[in-house]
Amino acid sequence: MKRWLAAYAALFFAFLHLPLITLAVFSFNSSRFTVWEHFSLNWYRAMWRDPQLVEGTWNSIVIALTAAAISTVIGTLCAYGLWKRGSRVLTGALYLSLVTPEIVTGISLLALFQWAFHWLHLQLGLFTVILAHVAFSIAYVVIVITARLRTFSPTQEEAAMDLGATEWQAFVHVTLPALTPGIIAAALLALTVSFDDYVITSMVAGVDSQTLPMVIYAMARRGASPVINAISAVVTVFFGVLILLSEKVREA
Amino acid sequence: MKLRSWFLLPAWLWLAFLFVAPMAIVLAYSLLTRGIYGGVEQPWAVESYGRVFDSLFLVILLRSFAMALAATLLCLLFAFPAALFISRAPRHKNLYLQLVILPFWTSFLVRTYAWLFLLRDTGLINTALQAAGIIHAPLPLLYNDGAVLLGLVYGYLPFMVLPIYATLERLDPSLVEAAADLGARPLDTVFRVVAPLAKPGIVAGSILVFIPCLGAYLTPDLLGGGRTVLVGNLVQNQFTTAHDWPFGAAVSMLLMALVTAVIWIFLRRQSEQFV
Repeated sequence: MKRWLAAYAALFFAFLHLPLITLAVFSFNSSRFTVWEHFSLNWYRAMWRDPQLVEGTWNSIVIALTAAAISTVIGTLCAYGLWKRGSRVLTGALYLSLVTPEIVTGISLLALFQWAFHWLHLQLGLFTVILAHVAFSIAYVVIVITARLRTFSPTQEEAAMDLGATEWQAFVHVTLPALTPGIIAAALLALTVSFDDYVITSMVAGVDSQTLPMVIYAMARRGASPVINAISAVVTVFFGVLILLSEKVREA
Repeated sequence: MKLRSWFLLPAWLWLAFLFVAPMAIVLAYSLLTRGIYGGVEQPWAVESYGRVFDSLFLVILLRSFAMALAATLLCLLFAFPAALFISRAPRHKNLYLQLVILPFWTSFLVRTYAWLFLLRDTGLINTALQAAGIIHAPLPLLYNDGAVLLGLVYGYLPFMVLPIYATLERLDPSLVEAAADLGARPLDTVFRVVAPLAKPGIVAGSILVFIPCLGAYLTPDLLGGGRTVLVGNLVQNQFTTAHDWPFGAAVSMLLMALVTAVIWIFLRRQSEQFV
């Protein structure tokens, strides 16, 4: 039985990881067909020549950095506030926002923006995408920081306040430094969920704010192309580096 | 105002403007009449909710349910032995866990695209089978229900492994030994001792898989090629090409109600267990 289980586990891990590995391997294939010819970096070069791809990548970076920064601040303050005094309404809403189908979040935010544009002379663009990303990534930040706060004892803040610190000083000089690894991990998670999102983004993006996932998606719908393999490999490595960073931070 | 109220202020603003307000607008849209050029118009009507019971829509809803259920059961089937293996591994437990968690950090879109790359007519599987002389014409692996199901199972498998692993890890190994001492065969032990004890993990994992599968949009669109219409695609369609916002909004509200109900029942059951 033990041997069967081990054999099964090997198959299981192969199923989980082989698709991405083959994808990456074929990004180095010189042929555009799925028959191995020889090693080439053609598709990586083609990637840089595609203006839509470059623009999409740039947009994605701007959006992910801005949205992650905003949601990390709001999420951290929120997790800390809830840790001091819980609120069932807010906690419930955060969980609900996490399980809301992406397409519903997407159309509801689109509806909100369209409605607001009746009064404001604005149109869909980078800022609507950033707002949408902030909207869905706050819950992730709160969950990561709350987990970190469970290991933090309130007595540390009380000690600071007994020694004359104000509530705010205790937060800034005692709690915040203790939370830093959690905050960085949360920011990295917010960065990845923002960088990866397609469904919500596609609903609220304007013509000038196409993101990398939107460009990849449009290419994939037209059919597979080795260029997508190359981008996929780059994106996977990028995400891989983020995990390594986040693991390092969590160990600290 | 006390300091701690200020900490929560941005989150309350988020709740009001980026969660409650959008949902309220969708709710309002679902109760209005369809505009000629898209959008919504007066008068107020509940007609869109009536259309939810159209046979055409019910078929899509049932298909989505069946698809989400099938994906959940397949995930359970594949994940349980894997979780069992990891929980019993004498060494490298962390490495195995990392291998399960890794996909969480990889782009979901890229992972779905990987199957498009493998399954299409000129994809790796068809090319390999043809080169080996097993088949002569490419098999239609992509753009069907099977491809969508595969994509969903692949996408959400880690959500099933981790909660089951978490309960198996806490399981008292002496119970398994007792079953063996009393003459149970290994498989009997798994089905009649280990699985019932892992139930909380199985339930949690099933919900984590079922809910996103029910509202899935990306996987059916990319791997189903528009042929497998699930409820998520229907919603998107109503807001883009079909220009029937009230109906799209009504279906969204229905989806939200379903998801909320599942979570609510789960949380209530869980609190009963712990009380």
